[in-house]
Amino acid sequence: MANYTEDDLAKELKDQEYKFGFVSDIDTDTIPIGLNEDIVRLISSKKEEPQWMLDYRLNALAIWSTMNEPSWAHVKYKKPDFQSIAYYSAPKQTKKYESWDDVDPEMKATMTKLGISMEEQQRLTGVAVDFVMDSVSVATSFKEKLGELGIIFCSFSDAVQNHPELVKKYMGSVVPTQDNYYATLNAAVFTDGSFCYIPKGVRCPMELSTYFRINAGGTGQFERTLVIADEGSYVSYLEGCTAPQRDENQLHAAVVELIALENAEIKYSTVQNWYPGDKNGLGGIFNFVTKRGVCEKNAKISWTQVETGSAVTWKYPSCILKGDNSVGEFYSVAVTNNYQQADTGTKMIHLGKNTKSTIISKGISAGKSQNSYRGLVQIHKNAHNARNFSQCDSLLMSSECGAHTFPYIECKNSSAKIEHEATTSKIGEDQLFYCKQRGISEEKAIGLIVNGYCKEVLNQLPMEFAVEAQKLLTISLEGSVG
Amino acid sequence: MITIKDLHASIEGKPILKGLNLTVKAGEIHAIMGPNGAGKSTLASVLAGREEYEITQGDVNFNGVDLLPLSVEERAREGLFLAFQYPVEIPGVSNINFLRTALNEIREHKGEKGISAKDFMSLVREKSALVELDSKLASRSVNEGFSGGEKKRNEIFQMAMLNPILSILDETDSGLDIDALRIVANGVNQLKTDQNATIIITHYQRLLDYIIPDFVHVLYDGKIVKSGGKDLALELEEKGYDWIKNNTPN
Repeated sequence: MANYTEDDLAKELKDQEYKFGFVSDIDTDTIPIGLNEDIVRLISSKKEEPQWMLDYRLNALAIWSTMNEPSWAHVKYKKPDFQSIAYYSAPKQTKKYESWDDVDPEMKATMTKLGISMEEQQRLTGVAVDFVMDSVSVATSFKEKLGELGIIFCSFSDAVQNHPELVKKYMGSVVPTQDNYYATLNAAVFTDGSFCYIPKGVRCPMELSTYFRINAGGTGQFERTLVIADEGSYVSYLEGCTAPQRDENQLHAAVVELIALENAEIKYSTVQNWYPGDKNGLGGIFNFVTKRGVCEKNAKISWTQVETGSAVTWKYPSCILKGDNSVGEFYSVAVTNNYQQADTGTKMIHLGKNTKSTIISKGISAGKSQNSYRGLVQIHKNAHNARNFSQCDSLLMSSECGAHTFPYIECKNSSAKIEHEATTSKIGEDQLFYCKQRGISEEKAIGLIVNGYCKEVLNQLPMEFAVEAQKLLTISLEGSVG
Repeated sequence: MITIKDLHASIEGKPILKGLNLTVKAGEIHAIMGPNGAGKSTLASVLAGREEYEITQGDVNFNGVDLLPLSVEERAREGLFLAFQYPVEIPGVSNINFLRTALNEIREHKGEKGISAKDFMSLVREKSALVELDSKLASRSVNEGFSGGEKKRNEIFQMAMLNPILSILDETDSGLDIDALRIVANGVNQLKTDQNATIIITHYQRLLDYIIPDFVHVLYDGKIVKSGGKDLALELEEKGYDWIKNNTPN
């Protein structure tokens, strides 16, 4: 962040519209719309999946067809018509990519436009990337280098083919098939995603990252991510996402499962920048995501998210603190502007002794948006000496927006200590005036104030991401004080 | 430097300034005194460009520029600085980052290049010494957790960093103990040149023991009703504001 100045920010601001709204002209192989057993079989056969995988999907579909869409979230939207979505859309490729050179030039151009560099030797900082466009993983970098350490980093489909024992053992172990409406839907129709396994005692030497991109119209994106950190290992994982600007609402229903075995640590960071819809609330992504991790003894999972995009966000990255002394953290900045709605937060489930969790949530609402924090801290009866600290702050940028906090606490052990702090403030006219009196323009002043407000969370992000997030925050809130 | 002519301003329809005239030349220090509610802080706010105030009449020429149509930040970039009575806290934003952003905006306005990190840091060291501000405070969040005295010293530190041509000190002495008062005054005195000017707004005479004004004006009911040299401040202190009130026709 040190090299990024306010001047750079000002330059970025000149081009403040949603800049990832372009569509790439790439031939796609899209299956007919609709959802039924035949579609699920078709997806599975396209991916040349083994029978056990198909059975898993069909079971999920059967469960899903008996479920109802949940309505408890503080969001209002037109329910998606699940029969009018195409569940599989993949950029056409003549042959399987053996190396980076085989990748379609238009695809490469898309990645360049998105600021993703796959060319390993040209990267100064080591970040290994898995690029998922629509329904498939397009390319993964640094595979070989990571392979030398025994680290598996590949697309979910590759993992199903090449590491079935790991996938079978862990898929659905944290987010079971019947978990919730969207997770169950995902289990039936997911098409790809990222898979990562860090062997015992290995500290992953670079950031692993997945970039999700929705490109085709009339489709949804349903991907799964599975990260397994074996005993004593460490990995930092990044996730970014964008989508073209369209008048329709597109559905993104993903599942992320993290498994931190004894003494392992997983840091999972997301900068979510799906298309948020236009100023009048038309279009945008529905982002209904289930993210959960389980910590064994002495393990730690840390979720950091910066949520600026999507028309509707419904997402609660959670930790199951199963092992004694395990630690869960959740750092979140959620920004809503115009007609965006976000209902986001976390669940910290304390099962083991001496488990500890920290929740820092910063909500920023502007325009006519609605921003809710919803969190659950649950202390089970054997969780002696469990500790939780929660801090939920809301910043209001206009008089027509809403900020809501729904903290739930369930405690069944009297030795637990739970602290909850919450504040709500309106962006200070006084702060703005103070900045302006020092010669600082309104846009830069908002950038400074908002980034200062989110600092505790932004500090958790890896450097490159932090700069990106800082820009995004300012751009998302441009001209929104009122 | 600044010429204020027949300035009328009101807030929420209530007139506060009612025909104020004042001329300040480069190299001068002016003190504006007056009882509570006379319009002292309104004058500071109006000159800085606070939007809540409506200017109903008059004009202000600042260094050859018509001041009133300018935005708050344009006025600041032209060299007008307000030391706040109640400096604002900005959590999470370091003083350094805040000031560097401000300084570069001002430099850009003057057509100068942005300051290098190295030059900036040596400027910080030099200027923070001027107000005996701990260099640790420079890297802390703007005014957050500062004591009252530290906040006021930070205002003068910012003034030193931004090098304005006109500084308006709004009740800078309020809430200061005698040591802090001396440090603040010392900073202001050292920053004085024949190119810049200072307007000190104060309720009490005591700051003027440390910063010797060239002129003292008494503001009462939205107008300057009496002007004089530094002795006027002493006379006021002795006789109290009732002396002014009783001698001013309504």
